Amino acid sequence: MKRLLVCLFPLILFTNISFAIIEIDITEGNREPLPLAISEFFHDNNQEIIDKKITENIRTVISDDLERSGLFSSIDDKAFIQTNRAMHLKPRFADWRLIKAQGLLTGELAIEDDRLRVEFRLWDTFAEKEIEGLVLITTIDNWRRISHMIADKIYERLTGEEGYFDTRIVYVAEEGPKNKRIKKLAIMDQDGANHKFLTSGKELVLTPRFNPVRQEITYLSYFKNLPRVYLLNIQTGIQEVVGDFPGMTFAPRFSPDGGKIIMSLAREGNSDLYVMDLTNRVVERLTDSPAIDTSPSYSPDGKKITFNSDRGGSQQIYVMDSNGRNQKRISKQGGNYATPVWSPRGDLIAFTKFYQGQYFIGVMRTDGSGERLLTENWYQEAPSWSSNGRVLIFYRETKANDAGDGHSSSIWSIDLTGFNERKIITPVDASDPSWSKLIQ
Amino acid sequence: MVSTFQNYTRYLVIILFALFLAACETVPKDTASSSSTSSSSSSSSSTAAVEIQDGVYVGSDTVEMLAIDVPDRIFFAYDSHSLTKAAQNTLEKQAKWLKANGSVTIAIEGHADERGTREYNLALGDRRANAAKDYLMTQGISSSRVTTISFGKERPVNSGSNKKAWAQNRRSVTVRTN
Repeated sequence: MKRLLVCLFPLILFTNISFAIIEIDITEGNREPLPLAISEFFHDNNQEIIDKKITENIRTVISDDLERSGLFSSIDDKAFIQTNRAMHLKPRFADWRLIKAQGLLTGELAIEDDRLRVEFRLWDTFAEKEIEGLVLITTIDNWRRISHMIADKIYERLTGEEGYFDTRIVYVAEEGPKNKRIKKLAIMDQDGANHKFLTSGKELVLTPRFNPVRQEITYLSYFKNLPRVYLLNIQTGIQEVVGDFPGMTFAPRFSPDGGKIIMSLAREGNSDLYVMDLTNRVVERLTDSPAIDTSPSYSPDGKKITFNSDRGGSQQIYVMDSNGRNQKRISKQGGNYATPVWSPRGDLIAFTKFYQGQYFIGVMRTDGSGERLLTENWYQEAPSWSSNGRVLIFYRETKANDAGDGHSSSIWSIDLTGFNERKIITPVDASDPSWSKLIQ
Repeated sequence: MVSTFQNYTRYLVIILFALFLAACETVPKDTASSSSTSSSSSSSSSTAAVEIQDGVYVGSDTVEMLAIDVPDRIFFAYDSHSLTKAAQNTLEKQAKWLKANGSVTIAIEGHADERGTREYNLALGDRRANAAKDYLMTQGISSSRVTTISFGKERPVNSGSNKKAWAQNRRSVTVRTN
């Protein structure tokens, strides 16, 4: 992975004192998207900017990010009345209100010492005020990340929540017939750009998960027919097996500080949970039941672990202290539950539920109350949270016919509200998505 | 290990749940297995013979032979690693063959059908492979000759999404490693 050369210089942090009229309550489902006018950024006829279509590209990435969130709509620039550069200094607010824009984004680009300087301002067209503004300086080819960062700033300013656009997704890319499926690790930006395969497909690989603090992934590989948990450094490409265990290790996930991996170890037909400290390689056993204990996930404060177990006779969700004490079942609504994942906000656990032959992605509070099912389908599982805890991605499979054809697998996203379900486009079939935190 | 007790508690849970939700018409957990048992004859398979009994595949379509009259695989009910009489019979044949061929080493692959989460199915495949291994050991086969590997639901033998395909995929397969 290319080293990320982003300097974030908040040289001009424009005043934020105005009370904004435009604000979005994103806990409220299915609201009308807020109309924004996102203008192309001005520049002094810079040839490189023109050649690389940077103005158009930045506008596209920003408006696509915001539109995909379901919270904003981007007004067609053909409707714009004011198009002159003066708008970046002081827009004619009435013109923008006329085309129903509640917010207006303006900006200027320049290339200085081979670096791209991007300045943007977000205007509240009703309060007639600038409500956000920033200067970002980066390498020229980094315009895409800058665009995501600007989209994050806009999202943050208008929703009061942290954005999640400057993030990446690691997943398993799948090809070939079901009985001879080739699986590779792949990584891409949250919007599908910068797609890259990380493994060759020679070995079966499953369930990659991001380290929340480092450019690192943990996953399951069948290297040499020994299914074990591995670590992959995304920048160097170096892979290493995690620990020296006498059986299959699987279902890995990092602790919130990125310093530990929690996983299942299968021994003689019994799967229990273990945690390994990556610094001193000390392994601790956390559960000791004759049942299957798997799919562990830490709470964001690292004090609790939620996991999947069939110790009560069917697959259910449990919570325990991070040292393995106080194990107790929290799923209660009937049906089977799996793949619990603790929200980065700490208040919810997302899960897969199967009930009467259908599969659901849902959320519940950490004591099991308040269960809400967000989406139902023939097969879907493995939710992963956006860094701000507002969106979930998961994978969904279609049913094969009796000849085994017609099967496909793809990644989807859905808002915590249960609205805005979208397919994430990938070059080949996709499963086991894991969503990164905001890139540092 | 399993099972009657676990099954018993499972049914208890289900009964309690059914009582709790008096209006509920189906029990949650066992939808897949119960439906696969009840409707094997009505499934679209053309053969008249019963291929699935109590959720376990009893046909021979996918079965390969390690030697004459030594089938390579056994089948399981949904979310179960209990060995049926037929499975025990097959494993006894494998044990006999292994005794007659003392230098042969084997790997037992445990597999699951596609109806279940990936990680749980990895554990379930491991359970099934070990159930087979344990039985071979009771038949006098040294554990040093037997390794196990779970493929979860990653390597179905039948790519269909129907009851017969699932029953054929819930299996453990013995393969020679030398």
